[in-house]
Amino acid sequence: MGILEVQNVNKHFGGLHALNNVNLDVKEGSVHAIIGPNGAGKSTFLNCLIGKLAPDTGSVMFQGEPVLGKKPHQINQMGISRVFQTPEIFSDLTVFENVMIPCFAHRDGAFNLNAWRKVKSEADIREQAEQMLLDVNMQDKLHMEAASLSRGDKRRLELAMCLSQNPKLLLLDEPTAGMARADTNATIDLLKHIGETRGITKVIIEHDMHVVFSLADTISVLAQGAIIAEGLPDDIKGHPKVREAYLGEAEV
Amino acid sequence: MLKQNDKILMLVFALLVLTGPIILAPFGAGYPDLLQRFAIFGILAVGYNILFGLTGYLSFGHAAFLGVGSYSTVWMFKLLTMNIIPGMILAIIMSGLFALLIGFVTLRRSGIYFSILTLAFAQMSYSLAYSVLTPITNGETGLQIRLADARILDPKNDSGSLPSTNLFGLEMNDTWRTTFMGMDLQFNVGFYVCAFILIAAFYVSIRIFRSPFGLILRAVKTNQNRLMYTGINTKPYTLAAFVISGMYAGLAGALLASMDPLAGAERMQWTESGSIVLMVILGGAGTLLGPVLGAGVIKYFEAIFSRINDNVLHEWFDILPGFLETFMVWIIHPFVGKGWSLTLGAVFMIIVIFLPGGLMEGANRINKRFGKKLKRSSADDAKTPAE
Repeated sequence: MGILEVQNVNKHFGGLHALNNVNLDVKEGSVHAIIGPNGAGKSTFLNCLIGKLAPDTGSVMFQGEPVLGKKPHQINQMGISRVFQTPEIFSDLTVFENVMIPCFAHRDGAFNLNAWRKVKSEADIREQAEQMLLDVNMQDKLHMEAASLSRGDKRRLELAMCLSQNPKLLLLDEPTAGMARADTNATIDLLKHIGETRGITKVIIEHDMHVVFSLADTISVLAQGAIIAEGLPDDIKGHPKVREAYLGEAEV
Repeated sequence: MLKQNDKILMLVFALLVLTGPIILAPFGAGYPDLLQRFAIFGILAVGYNILFGLTGYLSFGHAAFLGVGSYSTVWMFKLLTMNIIPGMILAIIMSGLFALLIGFVTLRRSGIYFSILTLAFAQMSYSLAYSVLTPITNGETGLQIRLADARILDPKNDSGSLPSTNLFGLEMNDTWRTTFMGMDLQFNVGFYVCAFILIAAFYVSIRIFRSPFGLILRAVKTNQNRLMYTGINTKPYTLAAFVISGMYAGLAGALLASMDPLAGAERMQWTESGSIVLMVILGGAGTLLGPVLGAGVIKYFEAIFSRINDNVLHEWFDILPGFLETFMVWIIHPFVGKGWSLTLGAVFMIIVIFLPGGLMEGANRINKRFGKKLKRSSADDAKTPAE
């Protein structure tokens, strides 16, 4: 029994069959990578998991509970957090405030009319947020406006926001896209570190094979909306179908 | 480091408001009627800022809540007592309920659609007040108090004249006049009632700005998607902000009726809603002091510029030679008197183009230029409440 079980998920956009009978079984505590060429349906698949899109058919179970039909904030409160392909952060707020909000969401739930307490007096939240920013090595940027961060820092901030909620399942959509090699390695280390200390299950979409092979326990290959191969990293490396999907069918 | 800031801001604000009759006297604005308007529309703008300044939801329907507040209060004057307390309580409750209803429907959409929906709702309320609801609103004539009204809590009135609104016996139109250094100072009970309520309203708004609730409202403005995928249900937050700001508007409406016990449908017209938006943007949306400042500026223009007529202008340019005097008067004429809104429009455009953050941004820029950081400026505070 996996923490996340996806069965026969189908999604059509007009005539395009974006997801074709996708099945996925993610083991608790593992890192599951989904790779595939552009337009394979990787992001569509994640969108179906977090309630952004509703698949046409199929079922998604998280810890034995159905996910489909729930609102995004309810899915998040179940323990699923997502890092987006382009960082989704609160750009008008400071880095510190950015991390405080998920801490509040984690502690107070989806709605709390906390209009009389001062943010200043919320010691536990502040401590939590500070610790989180220390963990991602951003403690010197606490009071910077999030909009003024570099692209890599924005990604790290979003990751910190997701992690500060202590999710059970973390979905990462190309967490290192557009990063310099040094930043990529730092992110890999961070993700590994989190894996060891917190035991968060991760589903990761990535183009960079260096990242995939240094993190993933299992890999699924998605092409034209269907999973064409699944297995351990070493099996996937030499899989003929995968090479075909990536390099085109010219190679006979 | 910034811990004391809010206290200082609060103190300075209270001091400025309470000394209003003295400070504003040299500008010709020291008379009770205008001072009351400053305070009342200050309350309205502070409340509107909780919605628009924090969440970015641009409502064009707040005049409806103002109207609801006024009608509720006048009804209390008619039925219960001329004491303003029951009227204010009913106004806040009614406008809150009304805001809950309107907000519940309109907040299904955001951006321009939300604005249009609120506008439509406000226009509907206005038309209803004019036509169908005449038994409650007294239609075109407006709701007024009469000698024959019940007023079951008040002693029987034999004087033959209409009773005046009061706060436990203190009459709202009582004014203590004095002359100081050649200035005519007027300390009016009604103004001080409004002033104390404005200070309280301002205090509540600071608390909301600095609270986790306020933080999440600001997050709604910058990225509602992220908030949803962070496990926060944005709808109740925006609805709460909408209701709170609606209650502020209801309170302002109650005070308008308390100072002058009548309520008309024209108070609910959409141009009124528009002028609330102007006040907040002019002063600086999202800042603490800005909206009060904006409300003051607009009401000042309305009162002072509209009273300048050609005779006054001729007096001003008396020293110039004849043809130049006529020319100057001809140039300025469209901007004053009946054309005061032209001046307001021009000022508004200049400020929005050159100071998108409103008057508060101007104040901040001036302070930065002189090397001092204005600590009490809310624009700065809002960004670093963590310190």
